[in-house]
This record gives sequence, C-alpha cells and structure tokens, in this order.
Amino acid sequence: MFVPGNNPGMMADAYIYGPDSIMLDLEDSVTMAEKDTARLLVHNALKTIDYGDTEMVVRINPLNTPYGKKDIEAVVKAGVDVIRMPKTETAEEVIEVEREIEKVEKEIGCLGRTQIMAAIESALGVVNAYAIATASKRMMGIALGAEDYSANLKTQRTPEGSELLLARETIVVAARAAGIDALDTVYSNLNDMETFRKEVEAIKKLGFDGKSIINPRQIEIVNEVFAPKEKDIQKSLTILAAIKEAEKKGSGVIAVNGKMVDRPVVLRAQRTIDLAIASGILTKEDIQ
Amino acid sequence: MNSIKDRAELIAAAAKKMGKEVFKDDIVKISKPRHELQKESCKVVTLEDAIKKSGLKDGMTISFHHHFRGGDKVVNMVVAKLAEMGFKNLHLASSSLINVHEPLIEHIKNGVITKISTSGLRGELATAISHGLMEEPVVFRSHGSRGYAIAKGELHIDVAFLGASSSDPLGNAAGFSTSENAKSICGSLGYALPDAKYADTTIILTDDLVDYPNQLNAISEADVDYVVVVDSVGDSSKIASGAIRDTKNPRDILLAKKAAKVVINSGYFENGFSLQTGSGGASLAVTKYLRQAMIDKGIKARFALGGITSHMVKLHQEGLIDRLIDVQSFDKVAAESLLNDPMHKSVAANEYAAMLEPGSATHFLDVVILSALEVDVYFNVNVLVGSDGIIRGAIGGHPDTAADSALSVIVCPLLRGRIPCVVDEVTTLITPGSTVDVVVTEFGIAVNPRRPELRKRLEDAGIEIVEITALRDRAKSIIGNAAPLPFGDKVVGIVMNRDGSVMDVIKNIAD
Repeated sequence: MFVPGNNPGMMADAYIYGPDSIMLDLEDSVTMAEKDTARLLVHNALKTIDYGDTEMVVRINPLNTPYGKKDIEAVVKAGVDVIRMPKTETAEEVIEVEREIEKVEKEIGCLGRTQIMAAIESALGVVNAYAIATASKRMMGIALGAEDYSANLKTQRTPEGSELLLARETIVVAARAAGIDALDTVYSNLNDMETFRKEVEAIKKLGFDGKSIINPRQIEIVNEVFAPKEKDIQKSLTILAAIKEAEKKGSGVIAVNGKMVDRPVVLRAQRTIDLAIASGILTKEDIQ
Repeated sequence: MNSIKDRAELIAAAAKKMGKEVFKDDIVKISKPRHELQKESCKVVTLEDAIKKSGLKDGMTISFHHHFRGGDKVVNMVVAKLAEMGFKNLHLASSSLINVHEPLIEHIKNGVITKISTSGLRGELATAISHGLMEEPVVFRSHGSRGYAIAKGELHIDVAFLGASSSDPLGNAAGFSTSENAKSICGSLGYALPDAKYADTTIILTDDLVDYPNQLNAISEADVDYVVVVDSVGDSSKIASGAIRDTKNPRDILLAKKAAKVVINSGYFENGFSLQTGSGGASLAVTKYLRQAMIDKGIKARFALGGITSHMVKLHQEGLIDRLIDVQSFDKVAAESLLNDPMHKSVAANEYAAMLEPGSATHFLDVVILSALEVDVYFNVNVLVGSDGIIRGAIGGHPDTAADSALSVIVCPLLRGRIPCVVDEVTTLITPGSTVDVVVTEFGIAVNPRRPELRKRLEDAGIEIVEITALRDRAKSIIGNAAPLPFGDKVVGIVMNRDGSVMDVIKNIAD
C-alpha cells in the first residue's frame, strides 16, 4: 500500500488495515519543497511506529537527483526492509543503489539487511527487465509503474489494459526467471471497485504475486481475489502432508488420491498455503 | 304533566345543590364556513404578540429543540426578538446548541441570556463559553435526563418556542408537512415533546400553516397556546450535517466492521434483538455491516431506537427491523419515512431514555453502538469536551443508552491526528465506565473486566481482545505524553448524571 511520506497521520495509521507491505513514498507524492521534511518523517516513522510483521518499503528518489543518496542513508539507518527504486531502466542503476546501501550498512554494522525492489516504468526498463531482476542478490521483486510507462509508450491507460499486456507479461517472466516477486501497478479510481476487481483478477491470471494499492478500501478486494478457495487449501494441505510423510520414509515419487505428485504440484500446493496465510484464512499454527 | 317548565323548580334545586348555574339558551350559532373561521383562530399571532401574551418576564426560562440541527433558524430568530424587546437575564434551555447558534455570544454579552441548560455545545459559542464567557456555568444533561427533569418540574420551562414544519391554526404541529407549500422537514420532534407538554406557555413557530386538522401531528393543540407563522424555521438540507455523515473514511469503515463483528458474536445478536447507533461516521456505518449478517443468519430485530438514519430505514423496509422508534431523524430519508410508514413512530425524550421512567425505550435496548472523544483506562467516556479542554460535543443519549442497554460498544479511533483517544483519565466524565462494555479501536478491542463472560464469547469467536491499558500504551508510544491542559479556576459547565446528581464540572480553559 502506497502511503505519502509527508503525511504523518496516514503513516501512523497504515498498519491497521493489514496490508502485507507498506510503501512510504519519498518520490512522486512529495513536492520538492518537502523532500527533506518527508525524509525526516519517514526516518522517524520507521524508528518509532510499531508496524508489527508488515514489510516496510520506502520509495526513494532516483540517485541522479540531489535527494537519492540522502534518502538511502536515512531509511537504511532507520531499518527499512526494502528500498524501492523508481523508474529503473538498467542493471547499472540497481548496482549503484546497492553500492550506496552497502556503504550505509557497513557504517552501522548490518551488512546485507536491506533488500531492493525495482519499479519498471519505461520501455527501456521493460526491455531490460531480466537484467534488472538479476542485477543484485538483494533484488526481491520488480514492479510495473503503469502511468509513466504508458506515457513513455505514447499511449494512454485503458480500462481493459491492453497497452500494458506486454510489459506485464515481460515483468512476470523476468521475475520468475530470476526467482523474485512480480508486483502490479496501482489502480487509482477509487469510485470504480468493479473495474479494480477485474484488473486484480486479470493480473492474478498473468502470474503476479500481488497488486500495489493506494487506499485501504482496495485491500479487501485484492485479498478476496488472491485468497485460495477452501477446496484448494484442503487439497494442498493433503499434498504437503503426503510429501512430508514420503520424505520421512525416503521415497521420491508419491501419489495422492491416485494422482502422481511431482515437483510442480508440490510447489503449487506450497504457494496455495502461503497465499492462504497471507490472506488470513490460515495461521502459521494451523500448518503445524 | 311533566314539561320542562314543570321541572323548573327541580332543575333550580339540583343546580343549587351542585353549585352550578341554570342553563340559559342564549347561544348564537356561527354560520361562517369553517375553512374561513379557522383562519381567525385567536392562537395565530405575531412572534412579538405571542411573547407579550405568554407573560414572559426577565429571569424566566425559555426552551427550544434542535431537530433542525445545523439548519435551525428558530433560536437565533426568537432570541434576537427577545433582545429587541428588551428582555434580560433569561435562562435558555435548549435540547442542544450547535455551530449555527454563534449569534448567542452577543446576546450573552448583552445580558439577554445569562444561563444555559443544554445537552451539547459546539462551534464558536462553545469556544467562547469554554473561555469563560458566562458567569453562571452551563448545565449539561443527557436527552433522557432533560426530558425527565422537565416532566418532573426540576427544569421548569416558562415559555417553549418550538419550530415545526407544519401546524394548523390550533397548534396541531409536526416535523413534516403534507401540504403543497411544505418548506421544511425535520421528522421526529421527540426532544420538543416534553417542552410542549410541560411548559407553562407553548408557542409553535411554523413555515407552513395548514388547514385544520393537521393529522399525524406530534404536538397536540391541547398543549399549544400560540402559533406564529414565519418565513422559515430551518434548512432541512442541513439536518444531515454536524455529527452525522455517511463515511467513506477507510478508518471508520474498519472500525465499523470490527464493531459489527463484536455485536454479531456478543450473544445478543439473535431474533428479536433491539439496536441503536449513535452519531459519528463509524458508529452509524456499523448498521451497514450488521445488515449483511442479519440476512446471512436470518435474524430480524424487533426495533431500532434513537436517532434514526437512512441506513436503519433501509433495514426496516427490507423487513430486517420490525419497528423504528425515532427520537430524532438524522436525515431526510428518515424524516420522510416517519411521515409515510406507520411502523416508524416518534418518541418523546422522557419516554425514550429517562432513567426513572419505567417505560423508557432504552430499558428494552439490547445493543447500542456509540462514539467517543475519549475513553480512559477505567472505560469512562467523554463525548463533550475536547482533548484541548474546549467544549465541542454533546452528551446526547450517550450515558442513557450505555447504562440501559444489555451491551454498549464504544467505537473510537485510538488516534485522531496527534490526539490520543484512549487516555489515563477522560478530560470530563460523561458516561461512567461501569456502563461501558466494549471499546473498539483500530489497534484492538478491549472488554470491560466487569464483563468476563462477554470477553470469553468474543474470544471463542476468534476475536482478539487486548487490555485497555495496552491501547493507552500504544497511543503513548506514538504520540508521547501530552502536556497538561491550561485550565483556569472558573467553573463553566456542570455535568448532571441521569439520576439527577452532579457528576463532573468543566473548568474554563486559559486564553
């Protein structure tokens, strides 16, 4: 969930809606005049507010602005989980950010703690998606930024999203090839929850791991769409239990209900259970 | 023979024995058509004449209702006239006062009004009073207590000035009008009914004088002395302003969903239960989420009580709530429903929520959802004075419904910007913690330790319960400790408990 880094009320509240990840923004939602105050606010929010298990992300300003380096220093020192790079176009940009992160981490003695997510928001970025996704071992995900991307393509966003299809597919494939997460762009019309739901259903089909949102009211729909069905959860639990049993006995291939269970089936079952936990249907205790 | 002449002596003897006169047939029949005659009703007079005829004197008590909320025009109009006529030292007893009543500040400064009794104060008037505008402290009562105090003479009303959306020339008055000339609608006149009944003189002000009989009237001609026709008694579009709003605020929606979950699993959510929601976005929105659960589980409510909203009307029309008992219509939809639906009835304040009136509707209330400005670690609630020490709210029916219901749920955010709402001690005590069962905040739900069985039911349903002190600590961890408020030594307000005792006082805030 995107939260403007210059709004203390929203930063203090974001946690209560139960998003999986909160992204405090220092880039587009903060005007030039407020860049320094927002950085200070975000630093203090990360240090002061108890966000529980929520993954904390900060979107920094690009390194080619006067703010990028200061942003990295402030948020790494405050213990952020993930730094989100805006408008990423090349692997070199990721390496440069990694270098800055390392400098700060060395200084405070926590080398390797901070992960990186790159937002791809241009044609060049889409072309380089795999290179970006594999530029650093800190990379945990790549995300589509559709507004800038469609402007860069010289087109406009449409409700059906055909202009984004290639970018979305490319990002999912690149992320899967790199073994990291693929995250979809925001949908900003809060008065049209039906189109939002359709978009979430469509990107789930494409293989995305999640959707960026701008308002807590969108959380419920994302969770509903991504939540696995009861039948699938039961099946997955049975498969995982059977695999555990088989591993104990040392047997390789197993069958559940007469069907052979191979590696893709096990991975899908594990993903179903992970999603069930993320959507709040199962708790970690239920699995044990 | 036995003619009337023959019986004359016996008639005279009977009359003498009874101390009565003997009948003389000197009747002159009036032949004028009645639609003309009623226009000559001696009750219809100008505002100035009504005031003169009422016998109002300096130092007496005048009363008003606040059913037009932010759109009210009666209080300002009448007090301006009283000022013009030279009245001084009046005691103004309104069911509530809000932002629109700011002109009272001048009348207080000029000595026209020297004493106020009300359920609430908002806006500039409230700020000025909090800073010590008045010599006499304002007396605050809940809606139930005000009605009861009027009925029992503890709050004696000399002259009641009551706005009505329609009245006939005899004073049969209502909060709506069925005529073509209808100018305003406020729905229930519940808070005005004790005034109409028990005031020495009752004056109806209306912007739609209709032909007799004004049926469906809330106020009866028997209780009305004068009827004054004015241009406008209130702007109906503003009755949904102030505390009442339909929320899109995600935090209010989250709070409403949590509160609904509490109600559904409380043990009181079963066929025939009764329900009330207070003002405030979150507590009103709870209705929306209870609706789905009522449909899913096939549960119907016997009645909904109190301030009636369009949400409640919808549930009633869908057959989910049998009856609506309406002391105050919170929006136009509710006001129109009261006019059109025989199962939607108004109720007088003293029959709605008085502690000592056995028939009060609140005594039969299962669940109430209420908002709060502050809750403290003893579950005490403040809905009147802001955390800055300035009066900014209304007691309303808060303590009445919390005490009388089987389950009271307070819904309030833990933080309003930099203001914590769960605190060590409330700024002003309005609703005692002994009557508050559950506090729902966005950071967690707390249950009063007096209700262990309730806590168990909620926990069994998988609802996580936290200690109220943990909520306070969480607020402190984000905001820190607030500096003490700069209160002065003057008492500007007195809070009455619903049993008639004095519960708290409000001190002035220093400039």
